[in-house]
Formats: sequence, C-alpha cells, structure tokens
Amino acid sequence: MIGREKALRLLKRVVHDSRADQAEALLLTEDSSLARFTGSAVHQHVAEKNGTLILRVVLGKRIAVVTTNDFRTSSLKDLLHEAIRLAKAQLPKEEFVSLPGPRPVPDVRTFSNSIRRLTPGVKVTMIRELGLLAHERGFRTSGAFSHGQVEVAIVNSLGVEAYQPYSDLFLHLVVDNGMNTGYASFVSRDTQSLQVERLANEAMEKASKIEPVQIEPDEYETILEPYAVSEFLSFLGTLGFHALAVQEGRSFLCDQFGKKIVDPRVTIYDDGLDPDGLQVPFDFEGVPKQKVTFFDAGVTREVTHDSFTAGKEGKLSTGHGLIAPNSEGPVPINLFMKEGKSSLSEMIQSTRKGIYVTRFHYTNVVEPMKAVITGMTRDGTFLIEDGEIKQPIKNLRFTESILKALSRVSAVSKERRVSSEGTVYSRRFITGTVTPAIKVDGFNFSGISSL
Amino acid sequence: MKSILENVIDSAKMKGVDYADIRVVRRQSQEIEMKNGNVEVLTHDEELGFGIRVLFHGAWGFACSSKVNPREMEAVLKKALTIARASGKARNDEIHFHPAPAVVDRYQTPITLDPLGVSVETKLNLLQAAEGVLRKNGKVKISEAFMGSYKTEKTFASTEGSYIEQELMECGAGISATAIEGGEFQVRSYPNSFRGNFATRGYEWIEALALESHAERVSQEAEQLLSAKPCPSGTTTLILDSSQLALQIHESVGHPIELDRILGTEASYAGTSFLKPEMVGHFRYGSDKVNITADATFPGGLGTFGYDDEGIRAQRSPILSQGVLVSLLTSRETAHHLHRESNGTMRADGWNRIPLIRMTNINLEPGEWTLEQMIADTDEGLFLTTNRSWSIDDKRINFQFGTEMGWEIRNGKLGAMVKNPTYTGITPHFWNSCDAVGNKDHWQMWGTPNCGKGEPGQVAHVGHGTAPARFRNVQVGVMKQG
Repeated sequence: MIGREKALRLLKRVVHDSRADQAEALLLTEDSSLARFTGSAVHQHVAEKNGTLILRVVLGKRIAVVTTNDFRTSSLKDLLHEAIRLAKAQLPKEEFVSLPGPRPVPDVRTFSNSIRRLTPGVKVTMIRELGLLAHERGFRTSGAFSHGQVEVAIVNSLGVEAYQPYSDLFLHLVVDNGMNTGYASFVSRDTQSLQVERLANEAMEKASKIEPVQIEPDEYETILEPYAVSEFLSFLGTLGFHALAVQEGRSFLCDQFGKKIVDPRVTIYDDGLDPDGLQVPFDFEGVPKQKVTFFDAGVTREVTHDSFTAGKEGKLSTGHGLIAPNSEGPVPINLFMKEGKSSLSEMIQSTRKGIYVTRFHYTNVVEPMKAVITGMTRDGTFLIEDGEIKQPIKNLRFTESILKALSRVSAVSKERRVSSEGTVYSRRFITGTVTPAIKVDGFNFSGISSL
Repeated sequence: MKSILENVIDSAKMKGVDYADIRVVRRQSQEIEMKNGNVEVLTHDEELGFGIRVLFHGAWGFACSSKVNPREMEAVLKKALTIARASGKARNDEIHFHPAPAVVDRYQTPITLDPLGVSVETKLNLLQAAEGVLRKNGKVKISEAFMGSYKTEKTFASTEGSYIEQELMECGAGISATAIEGGEFQVRSYPNSFRGNFATRGYEWIEALALESHAERVSQEAEQLLSAKPCPSGTTTLILDSSQLALQIHESVGHPIELDRILGTEASYAGTSFLKPEMVGHFRYGSDKVNITADATFPGGLGTFGYDDEGIRAQRSPILSQGVLVSLLTSRETAHHLHRESNGTMRADGWNRIPLIRMTNINLEPGEWTLEQMIADTDEGLFLTTNRSWSIDDKRINFQFGTEMGWEIRNGKLGAMVKNPTYTGITPHFWNSCDAVGNKDHWQMWGTPNCGKGEPGQVAHVGHGTAPARFRNVQVGVMKQG
C-alpha cells in the first residue's frame, strides 16, 4: 500500500508536469494472493504486487491515454512526453466538453484490517478444512480463494483529488460426488462473515446423490437462484443501462423511457453507496457515486453517465466513469435488484412442473437489442414437480431474452445475496451484484448437454 | 540482466528448491480505435515486472512484482517459498515435473516493418480512410476501425541452466459496420469480428489487409441484413467459412484437449472436459476428414513463439489424425499422464501470471475441396460466415454459435441472405458429421487475441488455421421467432 499522501503527491506531480490543457492521473495499486484447489489439494498459489498509473491528457479536444507501472522519474518523464506526442497526433473529439470538476466524495469505509490475517498458511488451512468437510460426505472440492488490498487514487487538473483503499476476499467452491456437482461462493470486504462450513454445506446441498435424468428442452416455469439472476443484471448493464448505449441507439431502452417493459415486481438500480453491496464511493474519474434506477416497479427510468456522455447532454456525471480509455460506455458495476415478498420454498411449492437453476455457465449475447442471451446451466439443476424438487437433471442450454424473462416474473425472494465472479483479467477491482431469487413463468431451454 | 537472474536462480538453489524459474517481461502496446468519426481510443501502455515460480518439497509457489531490482527479487523469492511451504500442507499426489535440458537461445518474431515504429499519423490515416467509407452508408449507425500493435520482451532463466530471451511482435486490425433500424441491430466486419484479425507479423501485414477496399461491401452487407429473412429453423447441411470454423475449433477442440483442464484444475471456473487421458489413441473425435494439429511453429500464427514459459521449444504435434484423438496439449507436469514429454504449450499472460496450458495454433489441416465445389455439391443447407456469438458448456459438449450473416443453399447454389443465424450441436457428433474440408487455396490463419482461462484471469493470444468445411445434419435457427 502506498497510502493517501504519497499516492496523491505522485499524481499531482504528474498532472502538474503534463503541460496539457487538462490532465487526469489515476493510480491503481494491488497486493493480492490467490490459491486454487482441486481434488482438495492446492495446485496453484500465487501472489502479486503491482501499481499502475494511467494518464489522460487533453489538448483542446484531442485526447490521449498512456499507462505504465514503472514509476522511476525517467520513465514518468518518457510517459508524459509520449502522452503529449499522441495527443498532438490525435483528431479532435468535437463532442468532448471537459473532464469533471471536483465534487464532495462520501466518506465510506471500504478497507478492513482483518484481511491481513489471511496469510498463505491460514488460507491453506481453510482449504483443507473445506476438503475434509466435503470428504466426510463423499465429495471432492475445487475452487479459488483470494484476497487483496487495492488502492485507487485520482487527481485531475480541475481540482479533483480522491483516494480510497479497498480490501476484498472471495471464495468459490464446487463440490463433486462423481455424479453431480454443486456450487457456493462468498465475497466480502472483510473476513467477519466468512463461514467455511456453511459454504461447504450450501454447495453439497446442490449435488444430489441421485443420477441426473435428461429432460426435453422446452419452455418451463423456472426458479433462478441469485447467482443466475446476477448474470442477467450484468448483461443488462453492459447492453443497455448506460447513456452511451442509448446515445448510439444500441440500447434496448431506446424509446422506452417511462414505459413499463418488465413486470412490476422488478426494480433494478445501481448504487455504489448501498452497504448491502460492495461499496464504491467514487468512480474512476473521481466523481461521487449516485444511485441510478433503471427499472422502477417495471417502468424504465434512467441510465448511468460518465463525464463524456453527461457533457454531451448538458448533465452531470452520475459517477459511473470506468478506467480510461473506455469506448464501452459508463457500464454500471454496483447493480441491485430489489427484494420481493416470497420465500424460496414458497416459489418451489407453487411450481407444478419446472426447473430449478443454481447458476449459468459461459453466457453470451445472441441479439443485443432484445437482450437475448444463451448459456448453460451448471452445478445444481433440478426438476421441480408438484411443488417439490424431484431430482437432478442434466445441464440445459437456454436461449432467451432477459427482458422477456423479467416480464414473466411471478415471484421475487425476500432474501438477497451479493455475488461476484471475482475474477479479474488485468486490474483487480472486485465489485458485487446484489440479487434475489426469481421465479419466471416460461423460460426457454433450447438444448441439452449429453453425449 | 543475465547476472542478476543467475544470482536469483543460485539463491533459489541454495534454499533447496526442487525447481525454480524467473521470467522478466516487458510489454508495450499501442491501440487505436475509431468510432463514428472520432478516435475513441489512442493509447500507449508499458509494463515491466518479473515472476518467480518455485517447486519446493513437492508444492508450487509463485510471487511477482513490478519493481525489477535484485533486492525485490530476493524478497519475491522468499514470498514464493513461503507460499510453496504453505501449499505443501494441502497436496495429494506427488508432482511429476519432467526435467528438461538446459537451453540458451534467443528467438525473435521475423518481421519487415516494426508496427510500433510506424507513426501514429500513418495509422490514423489508414483507419480514417476505411472508417470514413463505412459512414457513407446512412443505415450504418456505428462505424468502427481498430488497430493494435504489441511487443513482448521476455527473459527466462531456470535452475536447470536455461536462459532464453524472446522478442514477440504482434499486430492486428479490422473494421465493422453496425446498421440499426426499428429495433433491428446488424453488424458486419472485415476481416473478422471482434476487432479484426491478428498475427505475429509486422506492419506490412496490416497494409495487406486493405481495410479501405473492403469497407463499402461491409457497410452494404450490414444494411442488407436489416431486411434479410430470419435464419430458418431445423436440421440441415452447414458450410462454415474459415473464420467461423476457427472459433468452432477453438471452443470445441482447442479447449477440450487442454490436459490441465481434463485433470480438473479449471473445474470451479472455466470447466473441465468430456475427454480423459485414456481416450488418447483410440477415441473417434471426428470423421476421417478431420486432421488437427497444434503448431506453435507456423509462420505468422498468433500462437507462434520460440519457447514456452517452461523453457520447452515450440513444436508441431498432431492432435486428431483422420478423426482419431492422438494427443493432447501438455506441460512438463502433466505429460506423464500420456507417458510422454511436454509438447510445449505452457504460456503466461505477462510477468504477473503463472504459465498454464494454452492453445498454440490449433489448425484444421486442408482437405481437397474448393468452396465452390462444396456449395455445388450441397442440395439444401446454409453457408454461414463471421462469428457473432459463442457459448459452450463446462465439459465442452453442447455448443451454440451465432454468425453475422448467412446464405441459404438450394440445389447447389447460394440463395437468399439470412440474418441472425445460429447453430448448435454436440462436439463429437458435430465433428463426425464433417464430410468435406476446403483445400489449401481456401486455408487461412486466424488470430484469436482474447482466449480467457485461469484465476487470476489470463488472456492468451492463439491461432487457428482453417479452410471452410461442411457438416451434415446440424440444428440451425435456435431462436424462436417473435
């Protein structure tokens, strides 16, 4: 950890030395570790320390971005030179108005010292404990257990100065009894609520000791666990919940504002400050997070903005800027679906014949404007008959419009959970999606996984 | 640098490791992305760091840092050993890490024009010209052009005495046009979707793509798709163009043959495989027309290199021979499951990741057909081109793909254009239904720069050489209309 003072001092120096009309420097540091296990043995155990500086310079309306993890004075000098050289070669972006100005950032605690107790030895002991619990009941375990400390600091030439330290941990678990698999996962900013036994039990409950049967793909009443619902929200966030998608005419929300397009039981929003999720007080432009409601009791309301999309419409950013350069748009990363009034058991009891889905695998977009996606079920798929979970079934492929599914929601659970894939392809920044379980009256399964 | 790395390796030996290696990696990249007349992305990235992997008393440890100096290397070695000691408390079988001879060598991607040496202005002019043509079509609402240039310098040293320096150059480019009208969204790309095509070649390769000369056709096809008929539903004969077949190979052959995945190390994330090591040598994966090789030596392939990140020389290995599974992608730790030595596929996504088994260039060897002969020989079916979406289950059995466009085939001729084509199948059933593979004149190498695997996530750059091929009795038109 660099710390607030040192981080801001470094960024201020870079911004000052840039000699651009406007400049923004973002610092991301990471000190993390991850252990993977399979067959209850640790087969991969890694640790990483890194820091990355991302500099965005503006000359008139010409913008360039340069990145480095080498903070030696000579390297930073080269970086500044390269940034100006690129910006001079750049074409002007006429719709660009300005980087954001300073706004008060809420004081939110996102770092817990408890994370420091997770030494390699402590984590391996917990992985062994998971393995033993599972072994007693005839299961093998696989999964990943990771924790990290991350710092985000931002300074821009208009006066933005923000710093936030984060801690995080996640544990994903798959259990396998040779016939079926089950899944459970945990994500948090501290270790307080991590209960290894509870997680193992949750996963083992999903892996039946009965041979899975094959059922014909068709449209079924379907109960989706929070893990599966969180994937729906992530796709909606990328495809249509942000201003760039609307401005480019590629969002499913185009021409739909004020209209009811999903069931009134469905309220979906983004809120970086809600303590039920993994809080994030400001975005990667240093703008404080605002709550943005996409579906309010089924009615389309608003979308997220960063400084570029907001400037284009004469609005203020809602605090959803991502790391520059970002051509995807201000995609929301703290998504929530409002809880309902049902219990999971009531949902099952009210189902005559249906499917119970724990989670999805390898989902992808088929038709973006209709929010049609496809993917497979995984780690706990069951047939429900006459109000009871009857037996495990072979994994099914679904091909369905998320919007159509949300317009057929007949029950939403009281309980919600925060879930996160927790994997990162480059820079570590763990966020969570908070979702209930839902029941959908008519969900299209289009194939089956069977040789 | 050499003496610094040798000191760290000596230090690891003195601490009693079974094996250790260190990789110092510097990566530079430049990306330019144009959208609707603006240069949305103009970036230059540089990163430098090192990672140390140790095998200590039968358990692995890995640690890394961005501070490349002797003091930090000692600290990171100590951390890697602490991790290995801890991991040793949760292990099952003994690790069989096959020894390798010491190699001292240097490899460099052969190129004519350094893509990072070409001026930004030259690149912008090329992209601007192509993107400008796309925008002339009024139905095209999103016009995009992309170019990326990448350089990786890595130095590998191991306790076995290897010292290998590599300089890998890559570049790629592409254009796409998105037509949107009345809730209909159609995209066409050239030379491939998702940013274009990529190769371990110099800037001369980007110039040869001739983006501008394809832009008008691309925008017209996007417009035509808006009013094209929907893809019919049913079971029919399918001809896939080589770019779509490249991704088909990637998902339904390349990933299932990764031996680490087969042994369960991706079980909780990317999934496992329907294959078992004991199936090698006799399992009929595809028809006798299907010959697939893993070839890390193919000139220009995006999965081409000199040595893998365990110090094993790049190789060409048959994987499917006349449809029969004859080998898998292996590493020094896993190859003993086949009673063989590693075929050199361990690669890491940078200094801060450990090597995993990754595809190299997984190629479908050419057959004897021309595309024209294949179409003329088909009474009824579909010809589909350019990937749009993909999905496959966690054992790599059930797949579903969507493509940007397709044409009906009727009585040996291409007929009407179809939009939103999809097809689905079961991996070995599909490959066993292959009855024709295009010849070498239609064979082309495709680069896939976004292959995800592992935790923490790693993105590999891999290649697939293919010609078009024909498959019988395939389920198409998966989406219910309306």
